[in-house]
Amino acid sequence: MSCAFATIQSLPLTPENHSINPLKTSSPFLGFTRHLRLNPLDNNKSPSASIRRRQSSVVAVSDVVKEKKLKSNSSLSNLLITKEEGLELYEDMVLGRTFEDMCAQMYYRGRMFGFVHLYNGQEAVSTGFIKLLRKEDCVVSTYRDHVHALSKGVPARQVMSELFGKTTGCCRGQGGSMHMFSKEFNVLGGFAFIGEGIPVATGAAFTSKYRREVLKEADSDHVTLAFFGDGTCNNGQFFECLNMAALWKLPIVFVVENNLWAIGMSHLRATSDPEIWKKGPAFGMPGVHVDGMDVLKVREVAVEAVARARRGDGPTLVECETYRFRGHSLADPDELRDPAEKAHYATRDPIAALKNYMIENKLVNEAELKAIDKKIDEVIEDSVEFADASPLPPRSQLLENVFADPKGFGIGPDGRYRCEDPKFTEGTAHV
Amino acid sequence: MAAIFQGIGATTALSSINSLDSKRFRLSSHRLLSGGKGSFFVVRSDGRSKPGPNPRGRRPEQLITNAVATKADSSAASTTSKPGHELLLFEALREGLEEEMDRDPCVCVIGEDVGHYGGSYKVTKGLATKYGDLRVLDTPIAENSFTGMAIGAAMTGLRPIVEGMNMGFLLLAFNQISNNCGMLHYTSGGQFKIPVVIRGPGGVGRQLGAEHSQRLESYFQSIPGIQMVACSTPYNAKGLMKAAIRSENPVILFEHVLLYNLKERIPDEDYVLNLEEAEMVRPGEHITILTYSRMRYHVMQAAKTLVNKGYDPEVIDIRSLKPFDLYTIGNSVKKTHRVLIVEECMRTGGIGASLTAAISENFHDYLDAPIVCLSSQDVPTPYAGTLEDWTVVQPAQIVAAVQQLCQ
Repeated sequence: MSCAFATIQSLPLTPENHSINPLKTSSPFLGFTRHLRLNPLDNNKSPSASIRRRQSSVVAVSDVVKEKKLKSNSSLSNLLITKEEGLELYEDMVLGRTFEDMCAQMYYRGRMFGFVHLYNGQEAVSTGFIKLLRKEDCVVSTYRDHVHALSKGVPARQVMSELFGKTTGCCRGQGGSMHMFSKEFNVLGGFAFIGEGIPVATGAAFTSKYRREVLKEADSDHVTLAFFGDGTCNNGQFFECLNMAALWKLPIVFVVENNLWAIGMSHLRATSDPEIWKKGPAFGMPGVHVDGMDVLKVREVAVEAVARARRGDGPTLVECETYRFRGHSLADPDELRDPAEKAHYATRDPIAALKNYMIENKLVNEAELKAIDKKIDEVIEDSVEFADASPLPPRSQLLENVFADPKGFGIGPDGRYRCEDPKFTEGTAHV
Repeated sequence: MAAIFQGIGATTALSSINSLDSKRFRLSSHRLLSGGKGSFFVVRSDGRSKPGPNPRGRRPEQLITNAVATKADSSAASTTSKPGHELLLFEALREGLEEEMDRDPCVCVIGEDVGHYGGSYKVTKGLATKYGDLRVLDTPIAENSFTGMAIGAAMTGLRPIVEGMNMGFLLLAFNQISNNCGMLHYTSGGQFKIPVVIRGPGGVGRQLGAEHSQRLESYFQSIPGIQMVACSTPYNAKGLMKAAIRSENPVILFEHVLLYNLKERIPDEDYVLNLEEAEMVRPGEHITILTYSRMRYHVMQAAKTLVNKGYDPEVIDIRSLKPFDLYTIGNSVKKTHRVLIVEECMRTGGIGASLTAAISENFHDYLDAPIVCLSSQDVPTPYAGTLEDWTVVQPAQIVAAVQQLCQ
């Protein structure tokens, strides 16, 4: 993987290249994908083992499992997941992938507008983390938020409707692709400016701590996850929030979805030290780097990070090395990325990896997975039909929701509050 | 400075409910807001007793009360009521804040030096000792992030008050204030409310230099989804603070660096003011002078001179910078037919500019003369005292403008 960073513009990525690169630039980065230790800088994983792992074309099994397997062969109890968990993870990732593919179709057919940013290829991060959460835990994302919302439980119908701009969308059609919110499932957005969601996530974590310590709600241990990309990690709000979260030991996990590209800006061209996980310890929290194309590895790290936050031990910075198969948005021609790089990551498709893992370890058979594929196809078809059939927002919706208390529109010349004007509820009042 | 302002009519003494003089005031209904401890009343500054075409008394019951005027003139009417207590404006703010923090444990304060230091203008003095370090949170110097943090906390159930040590610093929080504070309720389809209060001292002080002398109300006024109020007396400071905290909307409360030491006697009873209403400071017949915050005092000083010269200005402290109270303002314009706006914002794009437009649009037919707006010069506030005095509006200019308009 360090090769990718060093040679991204020139060399195609092959296993041979991996061995060419001197270890001194690669080992701390690549080997550091595991348990959160008290001393986050401690990396005693031997470099050679990590290189062996990198050369494997299907990166589905973590070192922990490998080690366990060495001890006792192919015992189901040594696997990282049970069958049920595996199916849940698979289904969630397929849901994300199929949904995003349908979005692309709908966009090019003129049903969806504006800026739409698709998540293809990054499903392991969303699934790996969010499937561990409870309903009361909060998720904050960026504009690439459809799959985070879906993983958290927002029905596909509501998300698709929102994308079509219909009134049955999760935000009544008022948010759109970049602003997925759900009070029921505690999805706190959906933000268009990068970095601006991180303070909001920090605030949600602050509330959790406040409830426990000031309001004395002993069972308040909600955790917040903040998802954002590599470009955001050069933004001031990122650093300011790392500081505050560590300072007050807030129950938050900062999840960096490092897909190496911020539109057309390569992470290496934008960042003085591209190893983002290192920025955690600088603020006093563990920094972990994990292979974000492998849902089991992500999940393993996530379990620890979330548990750490829930215990009250404070935040964690998790850098997930991942990749987006499509362009930055549906308007992005995606000309700058090296096709060889894309091909390399296509071989690391998280869904294929999980599928192979489960089949090789005899957790499931092909038919069961195919059944899930079919089920998800139907869910997505249904969501499109629902969105198509849903009404567009009426005029009366225009002025609602600007204020939680509509008295905020003030007092009109006639002495009445503007919101009492019948034209207000019709949406035709001029405020 | 407090001494000068005490006699101007800025003081108000509210009688208790029982001793209202019904000839002077019009009490239509009053309603107890739910959740309040004991009884209190929402006060509207409906000082005019002239019946309008839609007298407020006929409004439907479920709307907010249309209660007593704050004051008709400067003579106190409270000889038989409780004495009230005297305090300075920053203490009034603190009192309001403390009362609300007692009333609702979800109310918390977030800002730089609000805790152990007690606030750079002592508005939060003593609160951290009483409520703890988490409820009165000392933040690192990261305005954008801690404002965003307050917004996230508000979305998840708390009611934070963000203090900008100086309003100018909140320029760093513009991202969060505009995108999240103002717009998030709408963008989420009404799912999340943001009951934050953002407050701090702004305005031109005493030789503080350009960056500490900013008037952010002009920059923030376009943001949809927020309300802006400006306090000017201890009485309205406490009332507006409480109203802002109780409001479900995000409210920006503008205080002024030079007004923190104003002294006034305020009621002992619990009271909450109305965020959307303007305050009648001095009724009159010849001209309507609209102002807010510190300029109110320059106007009242000019008013003394004007009265001596035989003019009768009506002075209204608009208080609500966004939205404007077009009822109070409109009634005044309909009576006097002349408008002078005196503000501290800069000429371009200030509150005065918006107010001029709003009055032109709504009350054009009632005007006998063009609206005159006196604002600060479009100049970064200089350090030198003389230059600074020349950038803001002075009482002499107000007198001259009134004389000009009333010719």
